[in-house]
Amino acid sequence: MATTTEIKAPKSEPLFGKKERILLTDPLLDNNPITIQVLGVCSALAVTSLVYPSLVMAVAVVFVCAFSSLVTSLLRNSIPKAVRLIVQLVIIATLVTLVNEALKAINYPVYKQLSVYIGLIITNCIVMGRLEAFAMANKPWRSFIDGIGNGLGYGLILVVVGAIREIFGKGTLFAGSGIAMRFIGPGQEYMIDTATAGQWGSSWFGWYANNNLMVMSVAAMFVIAILIWIQRSRNPKLVDIS
Amino acid sequence: MSTKYIYTFALIMTVLVALMLAGSKVVLGPIAEVNEDIFNKRQILEAISVPLEESGKSVATLTDQEVLDIFDKQVEQAVVMADGETVEGVEAIEVDMAKERKKDETERMYPVYEVALDGTKYYIFSVRGSGLWDAIWGNIALKEDMNTVAGVSFDHAGETPGLGAEIKDNAKWRSQFAGKKIYDNGKYVSVYVRKGGAVDMDHEVDGLSGATVTADGVTDMLYKGLKAYEPYMKEAGNGPTSMLIK
Repeated sequence: MATTTEIKAPKSEPLFGKKERILLTDPLLDNNPITIQVLGVCSALAVTSLVYPSLVMAVAVVFVCAFSSLVTSLLRNSIPKAVRLIVQLVIIATLVTLVNEALKAINYPVYKQLSVYIGLIITNCIVMGRLEAFAMANKPWRSFIDGIGNGLGYGLILVVVGAIREIFGKGTLFAGSGIAMRFIGPGQEYMIDTATAGQWGSSWFGWYANNNLMVMSVAAMFVIAILIWIQRSRNPKLVDIS
Repeated sequence: MSTKYIYTFALIMTVLVALMLAGSKVVLGPIAEVNEDIFNKRQILEAISVPLEESGKSVATLTDQEVLDIFDKQVEQAVVMADGETVEGVEAIEVDMAKERKKDETERMYPVYEVALDGTKYYIFSVRGSGLWDAIWGNIALKEDMNTVAGVSFDHAGETPGLGAEIKDNAKWRSQFAGKKIYDNGKYVSVYVRKGGAVDMDHEVDGLSGATVTADGVTDMLYKGLKAYEPYMKEAGNGPTSMLIK
């Protein structure tokens, strides 16, 4: 991939210059797909109850976003305009199916946990939005960077929301992975009954009772809304005066 | 661009994509099948997690190879019909409970796993039922007397995390099942999940707050599911017990 782009890029422009850096970092905060553009919220609500699946989902979206942008950009001059949306959809669907098959082979329990949501990356507005808005009109290398940037912007919010929800909903972090750790509260063996009320776990804040609301998808709605609120109120560029 | 170009483009693209996807399935499919097999076997072993832990093994930390080894060496699989007849030529792990549930009751096949562990035998039965949103299923391990529950494992397709999904996630709740009896003086009663807390400590477990429908689904699933194994239990239970101990 890198060799083809080196040939195509004019020699005066560096491979990773200021423009590329902006493409990569802008979607992380100032133009975040979830908090600013409010795209891809469906999966952000559904998969963020634990950090580890959120992380896997983020990696999958970065992969799909980056490579669908690259492929679309490479084909952009030969794609017939009349069927371009279908072609984009086929590219995305192929990559998503590949990710799904790979995940089944690499980590089956996480595949079970994410169930339909990997497949639903196809309908994630971020991916197709970037193809239509950027990759159809830009060179492959920049489209690839743009895809990675937007995937990371999405993934960042996913992991942040997942961490908040998991800490307050289950008292753990990275549950289900090799580095699962109990964070606050009495942990998973806790049950509200009188027999165990005196036996708090060994983690911090043993008195904390897991908040079941945080485990449900409505909590993601609140958490994302609060993130949007904080981000918009702190960044003068984003203040909407109309 | 001409219509002909569009058709050619679409044709070439479709063929290429089809080849790629078929290739990925050929390469990754077998690995995925092995993973699924291990995943299912791990869930079955989860039902005897307490006896396993006593012999120094924890289901969560068993490697994939150890799971397969246990199934190879210590587990005998059998498939029975509702009348207690054994079906030959079918492995228990191959029985798809979701498909069996759609069949007529007399034609259903039920998997049985006999696990030999430290000289004791456990019988694991699979059950399937309905929760609040979608299917729930589980594996129930009985001790040799075909009466005392040794442990259970449950899973679900779409129960609410933190509420109904606790049947799978809450290990403490599941641990209540160990030691319960499914027969009351020879009368089949199964195990009852009682809202508000167990009253009869021999046959009941505490309900789950906020998950009454799922808990009722578990009660129903256990009653109907284990009842289907009754003829088999009688047959195996009536046999000379010395034959059962290896």
